[in-house]
Amino acid sequence: MDLSLNDDQNMLKDSVERFVREQYAFETRRKNAATSLGWLEGNWAKFAELGWLGIPFSEEAGGLGWGMVETSVVMEQFGRGLVLEPYLPTVLLGGETIARGGSKAQKEAILPSLIEGKTQLALAYFEKQARYNLADVATTAKKDGSGYVISGQKGVVFNGPSADQIIVAARTSGGQRDAKGITLFLVAKDAKGLSRRDYPTQDALRASELTFDKVSVGADAVVGKVDDGLSLLEEIIDRATVAVCAEAVGCMDALNAATHEYIKTRKQFGVPIGKFQVLQHRMVDMFTHAQESRSMVLMATLKIDDSDPAVRRKAASAAKVQIGKSGRFVGQGAVQLHGGMGVTDELNVSHYFKRLTMIDSIFGNHQFHLTRYGQIMAEAA
Amino acid sequence: MDLNFTEADQKFRAEVVDFVKKNLPAEIADKVKNGKHLSKDDHMRWQQALGRKGWLVVSWPKKHGGPGWTATQKYIFDNVCAEMNCPPIIPFGTKMVGPVIYTFGNDEQKQRFLPGIRESTVWWCQGYSEPGSGSDLASLKTRAVREGDHYIVNGSKTWTTLGQYADWIFCLVRTDVNAKQQEGISFLLIDMKSPGVTVQPIIMADGGHEVNSVFFTDVKVPAENLIGKEGEGWTYAKFLLANERSGIAAVPQSKRGVESLKRIAASEQQDGKPLIQDGAFRDKIADLEIQLQALEFTELRILSSEAAGGAPGPEVSFLKIRGSEIQQRITELAVEAVGYYANPYLPGLLWQGSNEEPVGPAYATTAAPRYFNVRKTSIYGGSNEIQKNIIAKMVLGL
Repeated sequence: MDLSLNDDQNMLKDSVERFVREQYAFETRRKNAATSLGWLEGNWAKFAELGWLGIPFSEEAGGLGWGMVETSVVMEQFGRGLVLEPYLPTVLLGGETIARGGSKAQKEAILPSLIEGKTQLALAYFEKQARYNLADVATTAKKDGSGYVISGQKGVVFNGPSADQIIVAARTSGGQRDAKGITLFLVAKDAKGLSRRDYPTQDALRASELTFDKVSVGADAVVGKVDDGLSLLEEIIDRATVAVCAEAVGCMDALNAATHEYIKTRKQFGVPIGKFQVLQHRMVDMFTHAQESRSMVLMATLKIDDSDPAVRRKAASAAKVQIGKSGRFVGQGAVQLHGGMGVTDELNVSHYFKRLTMIDSIFGNHQFHLTRYGQIMAEAA
Repeated sequence: MDLNFTEADQKFRAEVVDFVKKNLPAEIADKVKNGKHLSKDDHMRWQQALGRKGWLVVSWPKKHGGPGWTATQKYIFDNVCAEMNCPPIIPFGTKMVGPVIYTFGNDEQKQRFLPGIRESTVWWCQGYSEPGSGSDLASLKTRAVREGDHYIVNGSKTWTTLGQYADWIFCLVRTDVNAKQQEGISFLLIDMKSPGVTVQPIIMADGGHEVNSVFFTDVKVPAENLIGKEGEGWTYAKFLLANERSGIAAVPQSKRGVESLKRIAASEQQDGKPLIQDGAFRDKIADLEIQLQALEFTELRILSSEAAGGAPGPEVSFLKIRGSEIQQRITELAVEAVGYYANPYLPGLLWQGSNEEPVGPAYATTAAPRYFNVRKTSIYGGSNEIQKNIIAKMVLGL
């Protein structure tokens, strides 16, 4: 057993770390978040140049052929910088769906261009009644000649405003919550009948509500197998779950470092507040939470490729439960120990806290994943 | 001992309900119900209506213009107001400086300042915390130097809630730098329109403008604005802080919060069923409601001992601790309940009163901002760590 990074992985870590240090000063990030795009095209070009956009894709497709370990390395550093660029939606949601489920033609049309930084993607899987159940799909795709007509609404589609192509989950057969009967379709951003409402999120990202009003697509728009999209979707979301857990570890480390520094320097009653035992113990608990979170991300990173889907699901859920609870504990603790400053927009502390809160709210919160883990556990008993 | 209200209490309750129905504009109640931002004018309209009725300063003695209510009547009034979505009463005049003025001020000060508070024609704000003086309030540095019949004030205050609306600020200032820390502090009333006073907004984590920094540069303050004696400000400050902590449990507001949480959980769907039917989530709301009952009955016990002549002691500190934790838990569960729709951030709807359509259900718009915002409750009014120190020392003698 060896749980340390190899040379290539260490180099990758150093290079993302350097990027964050050089390009993600807090006030720079604030300025970039306020632009109409909400992120920097120059940064995206740099990601392409450094090969980061190709990390999970095969060398055949123009990628680096790396895996979850490298993805987690990148995401953790992105968490430290609260990186705004849409790496998660384009590479890990959209790109991975094409790479793992797309046809040869789709891969050729999309992946090289994505890896070069020229194509942005989004994955539209959530609907307002669905909560965290990926099988709850009311959007329909009706057969029309050789193609399909898609109608329905999708919510909170990250990177919706910038995506050139959107992968949408629609129902081709079965009842609204049936596992069978979901198909994934690739839809161009300017398709007739597709409309968007764009908005910023609490943590300064961009997302959209999408309405599909009889959007026509050809048979070649199907990604993966007809009626069988759920297993692919679940796999993608499980992998993305581990990725945001890694990002959360970066957020927690940044918060703990800032808080540690603050309680050593902030003086009240003539001493640094870090001299008070009650604050020391809270800081120790925050530190422990971050350590356990790091461990669980490592566990999930290493188990995500297991051939048994139950192992993969349990690993992703276990990590998300840990991150949900620990992210809340560390986030709230960092705010509390910073006192009034912790609840201001001015200090980066509240921004990490907001990102950690939103990470819990996507792909299933800690409660959802606790229940899911328990169900898989009980099925095996 | 009797948990039931008397016939007279029930009659009183009906009178309060009737008053609120007739005097609270529907659009203001709607904002409160949905956790939306209230403008200065919203607060003023409601408080002035209460003022005209003589119901704004409910804890004041009758001789200073209070209604002379019993503890039970105050309890009923607070609960009806929360149930019917009345704006919270801004405490800076009514609960903080008002009682300081009628307890420690001279007759001229009472005549000059109390009517404006009772009728809500003057907006007060609090000048306590400073950038270097948070939990350690007595270390404050804002300096007031006596020159003839004036004080010259220099320094800065921070976390000044709604200072952007304020006509007056009550300040703790240092009048003697040589005295022992607590003994060099005085309590001064300052007109916000005085030359040399500047207000700078502090934007909160939720994106809202609620608190400010206030700077004083050679501000000339008439000596007649000094409350009580020079150097005794710390005594008045402690008196005021004890009052501040007593209402801070926010039980009626939390009751409304729990009801609103239940409505959200009944409306949110999970696998085609209301979320409130999910055992795990329902348990969390039930647990919260039980915690709130424990807080409510603790507060009632304290109220009833006060009514029987006991003074509120340092135990009010645990009302603040538990009250803030429960307020925070309500918002935490609201964020859990709305799921993905905690994400959209709609500043127009939140802060500018725009008419744009919410993204997702209307109640989701405020879920995350409220959660971020109420982290302040375990920090302000003396952080919960400080409150625990007070209980350890003053109640448990440790």
